Amino acid sequence: MSLAAITRATLAKDLRLEWRSRDAINSMLFFALLVVVVFSFSFDPNAEESRQIAGGLVWVAFLFAAVVALNQTWARELRNQVLDAFRVSPAPANSLFLAKALGNFIFVCVLEALMTPLFVVFYKLRALGPAWQLIPVAVLGTWALVVNGTFFAAMSIRTRSREIMLPLLLFPISIPAILAMVNATTAILTGELSAWFWLVLLATYDVVFTIACLLLFETVLHAE
Amino acid sequence: MKRAFPIFAVLTALLLSYALYEALVAAPTEKTMGDVQRIFYYHVPSAWTAFLLFLINFVASVVYLIRRSHTADIVAVVTAEVGVVFCTVVLVTGPLWARPVWGIWWTWDVRLTSTLVLWLIYVSYLMLRRFSTSSQTPLLAAALAVFGALDVPLVYFSIWIFRTQHPQPVIGGGGSIDPRMLHILLLNWVAFLCFAALICWSRYRLERLRREVEETQALESLLEPRSLR
Repeated sequence: MSLAAITRATLAKDLRLEWRSRDAINSMLFFALLVVVVFSFSFDPNAEESRQIAGGLVWVAFLFAAVVALNQTWARELRNQVLDAFRVSPAPANSLFLAKALGNFIFVCVLEALMTPLFVVFYKLRALGPAWQLIPVAVLGTWALVVNGTFFAAMSIRTRSREIMLPLLLFPISIPAILAMVNATTAILTGELSAWFWLVLLATYDVVFTIACLLLFETVLHAE
Repeated sequence: MKRAFPIFAVLTALLLSYALYEALVAAPTEKTMGDVQRIFYYHVPSAWTAFLLFLINFVASVVYLIRRSHTADIVAVVTAEVGVVFCTVVLVTGPLWARPVWGIWWTWDVRLTSTLVLWLIYVSYLMLRRFSTSSQTPLLAAALAVFGALDVPLVYFSIWIFRTQHPQPVIGGGGSIDPRMLHILLLNWVAFLCFAALICWSRYRLERLRREVEETQALESLLEPRSLR
């Protein structure tokens, strides 16, 4: 079987499992909702202020919620030694990684699509810049979080207190990506600056770390 | 080698005290900043030493990923630990100087922020090593070191742009430096490098011993049931 076929099969399996259990998406959604509510009444901004801070709030909420999903990525495969079975199979390791990363990408995108209307309502948001640019920001930004998150989740399953370890590894490395997402979003919402530079930076980050993950994943998968 | 260590330690101590004297007494007092400027002789050499150690850590990690050599892994552990110590010195002495000179403790300037992010990455590196339960810890750590090295230019570039788009509160550095000051700075750097090398050396020996003890214990526990028979 080719890399694409195995990726598709693994992804389909994960999506089906998630569709039936809705473990990851429910916990993420509720968590993000809590963050939105707490932020909303602790700041209570007017429309002008919220344009300035919403970029940061939105992405912090999505980042924390994404960690909830990322932590569950490999847990299912540890039960019943699925990961060991995968290791001894001739399937390319990267197909597993791509399937997991794409699965997480889809979960986080669904979360964003559901949470964005809530943000708009709670923070009285209206973009003064070109709002369609928020879509590439969301796509590139989500991939930036998810690709490294999936990789570091595979590393943190080999540690004690693994749920804590993932954000400790992920956040320092993600700082440029988070900076880019937040600034791009703020630039679009306030309409004062162009978001292009941040989009280019996000795209560079995505390319660099996707390649790094694909090159190193096999090594990490086989490190027991 | 064993005898060389105390000799090197004594030499380092002498060099450090001489550099301390030069920095605190012999160096000319800076015109506008006064004596506060003397922290520069500790701040800058610590920064250079820390960056050098992180560079060695990266090289050792890549060597480990390619060759799986134990020596490379020990070098990586040692340089990361000592590098974090020196980086902490940089992050502490920086604000101490900035407060009287700039009037603020901290600014999100590109160099400050990149150093902070570098420190965060290496603290997470050490935490991964500490919390790992895998027998392949060196491998995971080496992979993380590679990610960190890829991240640094992106951090630097993004913050550089981020800050130049906004008015900068203060710009440190630049301008010319008194040749005597430069001389003392370099002297201090050499002293700090010797000091760092000394700690790394002793830590390296310790780590070697620790691993030997672990291996021996593992072997002994394998052999014991047989000797009972």
